[in-house]
Amino acid sequence: MTHLLEVRNLGVNFKTYGGEVKAVRDVSFHVNKGEIVAIVGESGSGKSVTVQTIMGLIPKPPAIINAGNIYFQGQDLLTLSKKQMRKVNGSKISMVFQDPMTSLNPTMKIGKQIAEALIVHNNLSKAEAKEKAIEMIRLVGIPNPEERYEQYPHEFSGGMRQRAMISIALACSPELLIADEPTTALDVTIQAQVLELMKDLKEKINTAIILITHDLGVVAETAERVIVMYAGMIVEISSVEDIFNNPKHPYTWGLLESIPDITATSEKKRLIPIEGTPPDLFSPPKGCPFAPRCKFAMEICMDQMPPEMEISEGHSARCWLNDPRSPAPEEVIQQGRKSS
Amino acid sequence: MSDKLLRIENLKKYFHIGQDRVIKSVDDISFDIYRGETFGLVGESGSGKSTLGLTVAGLHEKTDGNIFYNDENLSDMKGKKKVIVNREMQIVFQDPQSSLNPRMLVGDIIAEGIDAHKLVKGKERQARIYELLEKVGLRAEHAKRYPHEFSGGQRQRIGIARALAVNPKFIVADEPISALDVSIQAQVINLLEDLKESEGLTYLFIAHDLGMVKHISDRIGVMYLGNMMELASSDDLFSEALHPYTQALLSAIPVADPSASRKERIVLLGDPPSPVNPPSGCRFRTRCPHAMDICSQEIPEWKEVRSAHFVACHLYNNEGVDEV
Repeated sequence: MTHLLEVRNLGVNFKTYGGEVKAVRDVSFHVNKGEIVAIVGESGSGKSVTVQTIMGLIPKPPAIINAGNIYFQGQDLLTLSKKQMRKVNGSKISMVFQDPMTSLNPTMKIGKQIAEALIVHNNLSKAEAKEKAIEMIRLVGIPNPEERYEQYPHEFSGGMRQRAMISIALACSPELLIADEPTTALDVTIQAQVLELMKDLKEKINTAIILITHDLGVVAETAERVIVMYAGMIVEISSVEDIFNNPKHPYTWGLLESIPDITATSEKKRLIPIEGTPPDLFSPPKGCPFAPRCKFAMEICMDQMPPEMEISEGHSARCWLNDPRSPAPEEVIQQGRKSS
Repeated sequence: MSDKLLRIENLKKYFHIGQDRVIKSVDDISFDIYRGETFGLVGESGSGKSTLGLTVAGLHEKTDGNIFYNDENLSDMKGKKKVIVNREMQIVFQDPQSSLNPRMLVGDIIAEGIDAHKLVKGKERQARIYELLEKVGLRAEHAKRYPHEFSGGQRQRIGIARALAVNPKFIVADEPISALDVSIQAQVINLLEDLKESEGLTYLFIAHDLGMVKHISDRIGVMYLGNMMELASSDDLFSEALHPYTQALLSAIPVADPSASRKERIVLLGDPPSPVNPPSGCRFRTRCPHAMDICSQEIPEWKEVRSAHFVACHLYNNEGVDEV
């Protein structure tokens, strides 16, 4: 079966005065039609660079794509010209950005911004585009769509602006929607509305969604598969159930341990943070990038980059503990799992 | 000395924004903060939680009401006494990027309070800086560096060291972790908990991450549009929230467990109204699933419905009405 999107061995560097930053290294994953895949990671883990490369949005220079392919419906996006890419963006792949205030045009009516995509990609007339845009505004749950069409972004609240962004992204019924921290700037009650909306739209128009977030709660409630990134690499990929119930990478254990359990009562457990800070990407460590912060690091971890090891179908992790030669791996893995 | 470190009575903070328009950021709020506790303050953006914290710490001039510190009214204090209270109340700010002067050495940033209050000088001052750096998990040699040389989590540690420098009793932590990555947040939370223990501190901890607030707080106050809606111990609040707003807020938290039986989510309709023109009566009524006629007519009374569990909601007017 061919996947909707397949990223193979992607590598992206940034040239800076201080040297080359290896922002994304050897990243491979796929997205199937109509599924929600979450990418989790800290700032600087390369998650945004990865999706911006898919969209063709990273500026070159300073960025250099030094390896890999991105296949979308069998076509390598990296070989397309800017003009060809513009046809894909917005109509087949579209993106929702983190900050709805700075990504909408403040001098343009909301309705016009939605209609713009329709006029460019679908060759609709102005009147048709307006009609469709109003329909889109209604679809994302904004009341009084006719009135809202005529308003400017500053007249919208944060949650409403994010809805407007989503309606722009969905106007041409894309096959793939990339949402880069779509709810990070929103309050929790509004976040609940937006997440419900995205799940709802996935059902209705069968759009595949790549959801970037750092909130594991959001992951658990929306995603079907999860990609965990650290220092520019994918450290673990699995189904959402396996990430929470059977994680195989110490970084994933650490992430799960460091969030407080809101269902726990009275007796308070101390949080278990991941000590230290992420590595410098100018000169990432020779071995596993997480080894300097890893409680279970072995000698080999400092020397050799662990390969992607398959745990079960659809579940792989980049960690030497999963190698059969590693000493007492089951015991350590059990321990790591228990504490999370 | 009573066990109440701070008593806040009918506190109001209004901002005039021209043309006779007034934002009532903090409107008639009363609560106590006990010695040695961590009081959590939650609410959505615009609810007035930061304004309340900064007003209590004296960074905003209050519009009306009283704040008692150790049973003494802050507005009656003058001269030396006021200086001492200012020293005893410190703040840790949200954004460690913009709250540290980029042109000052870390050592001088930390020692600014020490110098202003003329606590120690010379070698002792140096020793104090080193001690503080080590206390917050940094190293002595970091004193000679500038803020840009540090990561976000480290910068927040510098901010905490600065607050600790003058031996405070009470610290207002205004969203101290919201600018940090998940794995770093736990480090800072643990540091705050350790320091509370070792320095005998009392915290007012402001945040919108309800999970973290529950973790660190003994008691929690919930704010909405400038009003306090509910106040209870953190266990009571999470196990039996009384106010419809609190119930909705708690049900909106995504739970990091895919197999968890999904509790019925109360999705609130609409957005919070503008604080310039808040609804009459109860401010939450426009989004409340239980709104009644009385809610638009009368402001609900702030009262203790159960022991140490306060709520402002008309649903609890008669003692009989218990469950919603």
